[in-house]
Amino acid sequence: MGILEVKGVNKRFGGLQALGDVNLSVAENTVHAIIGPNGAGKSTLLNCLVGKLIPDTGSVMFDGQSVLGRTPYEINQMGISRVFQTPEIFGDLTVFENMVIPCFAKRDGSFRMHAFESVVQEQDICLQAEQMLVDVNMQDKRHMHAASLSRGDKRRLEMAMCLSQKPRLLLLDEPTAGMARADTNNTIDLLKEIKSTRDITIAIIEHDMHVVFSLADRITVLAQGTPLVEDSPENIRGNPKVREAYLGEAA
Amino acid sequence: MLGISKKDMTILLVVIVLALCAPFILNPFPTGSAMAQFNAGYPDLMQRFVIFGIFAIGFNILFGLTGYLSFGHAAFLGVGSYSAVWMFKLLSMNVVPAILLSMIVAGLFSVLIGYVSLRRSGIYFSILTLAFAQMSFNLAYSVLTPITNGETGLQLTLSDKRYLGQSVTESGSIPVTNFFGLEMRSTYDLAVGGWNFQFNAGYYLCAIIMIVAFYVSMRIFRSPFGLMLRAVKSNQQRLNYTGINPKPYTLAAFVISGIYAGLAGGLMASMDPLAGAERMQWTASGEVVLMTILGGAGTLIGPVLGAGFIKYFENIFSKINDTVLHQWFAFMPDGLEDVVVFIVHPFVGKGWHLTLGILFMLVVTFLPGGLVEGGQRIAKLFKREKAPAVPPSDPEHHPKETPHVAE
Repeated sequence: MGILEVKGVNKRFGGLQALGDVNLSVAENTVHAIIGPNGAGKSTLLNCLVGKLIPDTGSVMFDGQSVLGRTPYEINQMGISRVFQTPEIFGDLTVFENMVIPCFAKRDGSFRMHAFESVVQEQDICLQAEQMLVDVNMQDKRHMHAASLSRGDKRRLEMAMCLSQKPRLLLLDEPTAGMARADTNNTIDLLKEIKSTRDITIAIIEHDMHVVFSLADRITVLAQGTPLVEDSPENIRGNPKVREAYLGEAA
Repeated sequence: MLGISKKDMTILLVVIVLALCAPFILNPFPTGSAMAQFNAGYPDLMQRFVIFGIFAIGFNILFGLTGYLSFGHAAFLGVGSYSAVWMFKLLSMNVVPAILLSMIVAGLFSVLIGYVSLRRSGIYFSILTLAFAQMSFNLAYSVLTPITNGETGLQLTLSDKRYLGQSVTESGSIPVTNFFGLEMRSTYDLAVGGWNFQFNAGYYLCAIIMIVAFYVSMRIFRSPFGLMLRAVKSNQQRLNYTGINPKPYTLAAFVISGIYAGLAGGLMASMDPLAGAERMQWTASGEVVLMTILGGAGTLIGPVLGAGFIKYFENIFSKINDTVLHQWFAFMPDGLEDVVVFIVHPFVGKGWHLTLGILFMLVVTFLPGGLVEGGQRIAKLFKREKAPAVPPSDPEHHPKETPHVAE
């Protein structure tokens, strides 16, 4: 029984069957990649996992509890963090303030009226945020406005924000989309390090096969809203069905 | 000290000194001199400065931090005023219960309006608050006449009960508002040379309350709660996916700013015990938006500056009429004098809005951060002049260049 169990999920947008009977099981402490050509329903599936969309039928269980009908912040509090395709950070705030917010969310829950304490006097939280910045090697940028960071740094900051909450499941939506090769390799190294040093399950949606094959323990191939195969990276590489889905029948 | 940093302490001290010494600072010209009409150091106007300062400080907690632009905050001000006057009519002429009630009623009212309006954001939120404020204005103006006394406005009368006080004074007049016996209108005149400084009890009560209100807003700005409000403005999506529910945060900010507005309304009624529906009109709501933006939205001291700036214009520029202008330009030849007066005329007196509008446009265009940004730029200019040619080597602020990641 995996930490994330998706059973019989269907999602329809008008006449378009975006997801058709998706079954997926992500085992704990593994990296599970979901790949597929454009329009295969990868992002729709992800949105169903984080509460942005509600599937028409089927169930999504995280650690034995259903996530359906819950809001994104409730799902996050259950232990699922999400990294977006384009980094979503607090651009108007400094890097340090960006790091502090998830630490507060982890400690205080979805709302707490702490209007009279001072942020700088919350030493535990500040130390935690500081440590995380050191971990991702961004401590010298702590006073910069997050919006002025480079794309790669924004990605690292977002990843660090998610990790500081110690999530049990980290969802990555094309983390290397639009990145230069060097930045992509840095991201792979960062993810490998995360995987080896933490008890964490990672589900990753990705186009870049290089990223997928260097990280994933398990791969699910989606095509036209339905899982085509689920297997280990070695077997996926040689699978004719996968080639067909990606390259068309002529290949 | 007081749980704030050294830099904030300096700002707070500046506000305290400005507020407490206002009778001197706003009275720079001797009475009887030609410039005396630019003096703003009389109780009535100084009270308005600090009361609108409180209103703008509260508005800034909502607009400056969360970015939610409410166009209906005057409704809370009006509700506060009505509550305070009712307290004077029914209980006693002491301002303390009146101010407390005005804060409570405005707070409850803002929970109601905020809960509905905050279901939408952006322009829809602004329109919803505007609609609510106009509804309140019209209710106060006509439908709720038994409570608000309609277009005449709510006033004290000799037949009011005042269960804890007296209905009529011994001399047969309506009693005046007081703070445990200290009359709000009592003023001490200090004549030094040609100057006449006025120290008014009501002003000092308002000033002290404004200092407290400023301190509270400072604490909110520096708190985790304030940080979350700024995060709401910056990226609600990320906040949601970080496990935080933005709704209660924005509602709390809305209610806090509503309470501030109620406090301002209560103080207004305490200084002059009457309340009219026009205090709730949309122009009054727009005014506080102008104050906050002019001073600098999202800054601590900006709203106070903006409030002072606009109220000064409203009261001083509007008093300059053609007679005064002719006096000023009397040294010119007759024909030229008339021409100059003709040109200046639209910008003063009743046309003060024109001057204010032009200034507002200039500030928003060239100083998007408001008057505060202007101050910062001037400060920077001075610093640059003072700074030595070669910057001192400070390893902490000049980190070694790190090798580029792409190698």
